[in-house]
Amino acid sequence: MAEQGSFQNSIIYLDGVTVDYDGFKALNHLTFMVDYKELRVVIGPNGAGKTTLLDVICGKTKPASGRVVFGQDVDLKGKREDEIVALGIGRKFQAPSIYGFLTVWENLDLSLKRSSKGVFATLFGKSTAEERARIEENLETIGLKDYAHTRAGSLSHGQKQWLEIGMVILQDPSLLLVDEPVAGMTDEETEQTGQLLQSLAEKQAIIVIEHDMEFVRQIARIVTVLHEGTVICEGTVEKVQADDRVREIYLGRQKVAHV
Amino acid sequence: MSDGATDTKRAGGTAFWVVGAILLLVMPLLNVLPPEDSWFHLSDFSLNRFGKFLAFGILALGLDLIWGYTGILSLGQGVFFGLGAYCMSMHMMLTIGKESVYGSEMPDFMVWNQVKELPLFWKPFYSFPMAVIGAILVPMLFALIFGFFAFRSRIKGVYFAIITQALALVAWLVFNRNDTNLGGTNGLTDFKQIIGYRLSEPGTQRVLYVITVLCLGASYLFCQWIIRSRAGRVLVAVRDSEKRVVFSGYTPANYKLFVFVVAAALAGLAGMLYAPQVGIITPAQIGVLPSLEMVIWVAVGGRASLAGAVLGAVSVNYGRSVLTNYFPELWPFILGGLFVLVVLLFPDGLIGMMRKGKGLLRQKKSGEEKPIVPNQKLAVPEGKR
Repeated sequence: MAEQGSFQNSIIYLDGVTVDYDGFKALNHLTFMVDYKELRVVIGPNGAGKTTLLDVICGKTKPASGRVVFGQDVDLKGKREDEIVALGIGRKFQAPSIYGFLTVWENLDLSLKRSSKGVFATLFGKSTAEERARIEENLETIGLKDYAHTRAGSLSHGQKQWLEIGMVILQDPSLLLVDEPVAGMTDEETEQTGQLLQSLAEKQAIIVIEHDMEFVRQIARIVTVLHEGTVICEGTVEKVQADDRVREIYLGRQKVAHV
Repeated sequence: MSDGATDTKRAGGTAFWVVGAILLLVMPLLNVLPPEDSWFHLSDFSLNRFGKFLAFGILALGLDLIWGYTGILSLGQGVFFGLGAYCMSMHMMLTIGKESVYGSEMPDFMVWNQVKELPLFWKPFYSFPMAVIGAILVPMLFALIFGFFAFRSRIKGVYFAIITQALALVAWLVFNRNDTNLGGTNGLTDFKQIIGYRLSEPGTQRVLYVITVLCLGASYLFCQWIIRSRAGRVLVAVRDSEKRVVFSGYTPANYKLFVFVVAAALAGLAGMLYAPQVGIITPAQIGVLPSLEMVIWVAVGGRASLAGAVLGAVSVNYGRSVLTNYFPELWPFILGGLFVLVVLLFPDGLIGMMRKGKGLLRQKKSGEEKPIVPNQKLAVPEGKR
């Protein structure tokens, strides 16, 4: 495996991955990698394969061909979703998926990384002081300290998004997958979310999928542009925006004046 | 908010002991102490009937765990109830002995069907402890096998409801057959005694009633312990957003299997207590319709509330036994109408209405406007709203 191209610094490496939905290639021989502690933004028009990319990494979708390598040499192909979670890959979904009936605290408590998440371990398990301290700290990070005992279902949309990010952080992932975190957020919330992601990127690698170019400019260091299941351009925001093909297929349809 | 939570916990605790004392002491005493013509006298019939309702309450607790809390609609709880009831009834059949109509050691229906030798699977039920253990273990084992395949194949929602309904139909068909050797359509009946005590004696029935109350109390505390543990919150989480549960590192199938097996055990226990109090078990009590009725008990009482489930089981059955006296033909319509009404108007059932009423009262007392927490729609996954 090593001679086939092991990348000392990559936390995730997709090698020639193809996902085929009855003839439609959502990913077409895609090669993509992200370094440790990198904050990577993936953009692309609708149907470019952005969400499919995340689905492949977290095991929700099985690729027809290609390799998905996590860290140095862990092949993710054929692993179950919960096994992949245990390896250290966390995912924040596009629509906030939280437990509406439970309190914010309980939401976070369930998400906390623990040695066993089996039925009997949770039936008899008690929270330790250390675990409670981690949840407190997390509440501070996501700005929901005052809402610890509020039912999550009654939070605002933006707060729900933060709560889910907080839940994913508590799993201690070394790779965080975030799907359109700022859709539906106010400008202020968007700004705060950007700061949150940037501070998280100091500790873990993050892949963010985003549509909002304003937000991309705020957080991005390196941007990958997907189109029809393959990478067509990769680089800094400036480089990507100057690229002719990108302008043609993606930005060209929106406000070119923006660039 | 957190104070409010402990408040309801404490209130729930007091209510538990108050209701427990009424059921365990006051009711039997009203049966024994006042003279029969007194206003306060509770007849043997009423006490016995109430014992039956409380047995249904145990089943409702299990159904509430799986449906109310975990969001999995099982339309096959009647089967597990039946397995428990038949296990106990088989034991009682075997202890009839020579008192039977045909005076044979074999159950009457076997003599009638010309079965010469007691089938092998009847033999363990000579023992009373075996019958008790079987009444709980057989439904659990059955749920374990059935649930293992269903949940491993990720069958959920409406599909799970349908296959459990099919299970109820199959069970009904199998128990109806004479060559199953379980009494066919007529079921098992004509019991005389249980561990030496005559079932026709009011004293025996009183003890059965007390045992039922104790079992209900223990089941309630057991369910409450599950719900208040982290596992209980995982169950609710599965209902709210199963996808998130998977990506938080849990395996929902294992939790579903666990709660399905617990619900089956409680249904079996309910059946075991039902049979000696009612004196008969037939396939008609375990098929599709009774299984559906059980769901209505929980819906009427209030999903995702243990007290609500018991309240629903008792009140619907009480209503049934009163109303079928006056309008026997109308009962199915009343029951159906009740279900529609509750689902449309009171999604939180009787217990939800009581809580709302209490909230309004408290609001009036304190004289200030307190926001009423909007009702959470239950059992609807986050993504489908």
